[in-house]
Amino acid sequence: MAIDWFPLWLSLRVAALSTALALAIGLWLAWLLANVKFRGKEVLDAAVTLPLVFPPTVLGYYLLVVLGHHSPLGKLYEWMFGQPLVFTWQAAVVAALFHSAPLLIKSARAALESVDHSYERAARTLGASEPRLFWRVTLPLAGRSIFAAAALAFARALGDFGVTLMIAGNIPGRTQTVAVAIYDALNSDKGALARTLVLVISGVSIAILALANRFGPRQPVL
Amino acid sequence: MIEARIKKHFDAGRESVGFQLDMTFQAGPGITALFGPSGGGKTLTLDAIAGFIRPDDGRILLDDQILFDGPAQVHLPPKARQCGYVFQNYALFPHMTLRQNLEFAVERVPRLERSRRVTERLEEFHLTEVAGRRPHQLSGGQKQRCSIARALIGSPRVLLLDEPSRGLDPALRGELHTLLTQVRAEYDKPILLVTHDVEECFALADQVLVVMSGKVAQSGATRKVFEQPANVDVARVLGLYNVLQVEIRALDPGRNSSRLRLGEEHEIAGPYFPGRLIGDHGWLCVRPEQLTAAPRNGRPGGNQIPASLTRVMTTPWRTRLEFTGDLAVEAQQFDAEALRSCKDWWIGFPQQGLWLI
Repeated sequence: MAIDWFPLWLSLRVAALSTALALAIGLWLAWLLANVKFRGKEVLDAAVTLPLVFPPTVLGYYLLVVLGHHSPLGKLYEWMFGQPLVFTWQAAVVAALFHSAPLLIKSARAALESVDHSYERAARTLGASEPRLFWRVTLPLAGRSIFAAAALAFARALGDFGVTLMIAGNIPGRTQTVAVAIYDALNSDKGALARTLVLVISGVSIAILALANRFGPRQPVL
Repeated sequence: MIEARIKKHFDAGRESVGFQLDMTFQAGPGITALFGPSGGGKTLTLDAIAGFIRPDDGRILLDDQILFDGPAQVHLPPKARQCGYVFQNYALFPHMTLRQNLEFAVERVPRLERSRRVTERLEEFHLTEVAGRRPHQLSGGQKQRCSIARALIGSPRVLLLDEPSRGLDPALRGELHTLLTQVRAEYDKPILLVTHDVEECFALADQVLVVMSGKVAQSGATRKVFEQPANVDVARVLGLYNVLQVEIRALDPGRNSSRLRLGEEHEIAGPYFPGRLIGDHGWLCVRPEQLTAAPRNGRPGGNQIPASLTRVMTTPWRTRLEFTGDLAVEAQQFDAEALRSCKDWWIGFPQQGLWLI
């Protein structure tokens, strides 16, 4: 039986992209939450946490409403890129991002806050600007924890099912990620395909956990 | 030269009581010790100077620059203040080598100049051989030297040291004192040293600020503060004195003498106290080594009062006897036999060298 590896590659690509995006947005948000005092900080923190507690289908529904054909954001996207967002692989990236970023932001905030303040104070008295302090001191010191958080976010993005199904759909060869493909294979009596994909994904996930523990903080991540 | 008036109110929290910081002082070149009990506001004062906390009101002036001004809403960020700060835990960046730690402090300086300055500093602080190591591979003394070198390399206008000797063993403490003495000799800027160690104050400080409950209780030249505490709280916190409540019963300027009533029934002779009146109450400060103690088996000699022995403490250098009535006597040696068998003693007071508050 020829195995269609497309879902696996798509998933890896989606997970990698969404992790990169989550790092870019999430580190900034985490820094903001960890270091800056402002009104509504806890509201922001709660908003960031919400996707973690929403059922995936509920989250998917909201995203559909916000990013759909008739919403302003959906129209803006269509105007910018010439095609609608929903039911494309880019939508799968968005789904994975919303599914995994909260985890990353939460862990990154904790990691940034756990850096001993005397290092940051020392850097400031030595004339370091806030960006230099972040890149040269805080980030390297929190690096291991943030790496572990990113690895876990990657694993979570890789396995997203509900949100992806809601906003990216299940179009074989276009938006069918591996989690969706496994479900699809089971439903259409392709047990062998499902088994193979399950085994591969299990292997990848275990490898990620091992990696996170190997290069992560001194204490095991999970 | 640094001049500071710092006011800040801290609300009572779940685990802390409310606290009012209200410090006014100035410090010139040389070492100024901020001495006092823990929780008195010493470190907070350093933090306010370095810019880590923002006072509610006041003004901090370093040389001619305003670091903070409450009414004018000036509050420079720490990076603009040019304060060298030596942290209690050294705060050397653990992911950088010693050399990189020093380089971090002079990153604005052009590369050649930077390299020269770092090399010079490493040499001066005897760190050249370990320059490539990370902080966790260093001894306590090396870390200490590196943290001071790092604080000084950017030519700060004031050096702030937060209890640098806390938790050090005696050898390291001695090393630190030597180092700070050298730094003082070469660095003609103010050095503020937070400490709660009397010996350290005495060994290093040119000037002492006694900080208690958020205020400067006394300030002045070290020797003067130690010999003439301004009030009973300072005398007690120095820990150097027996602080005894007395009433003046007689004063004789002609013979330079006085009679002091101690407690309910005892009287001793003392020197004349100018500016005091008969009937005044005061606190007599007398150092434990100024007193004598003898077993009470004979008649009292001159100027002695009876007391009962409550505790004996022996160190390699001296023995300290504690008596009823908050009296302590220290000497290099006492009669061992008498210490074992005798409970009642005569405590002898000198007639001169007493300090009355």
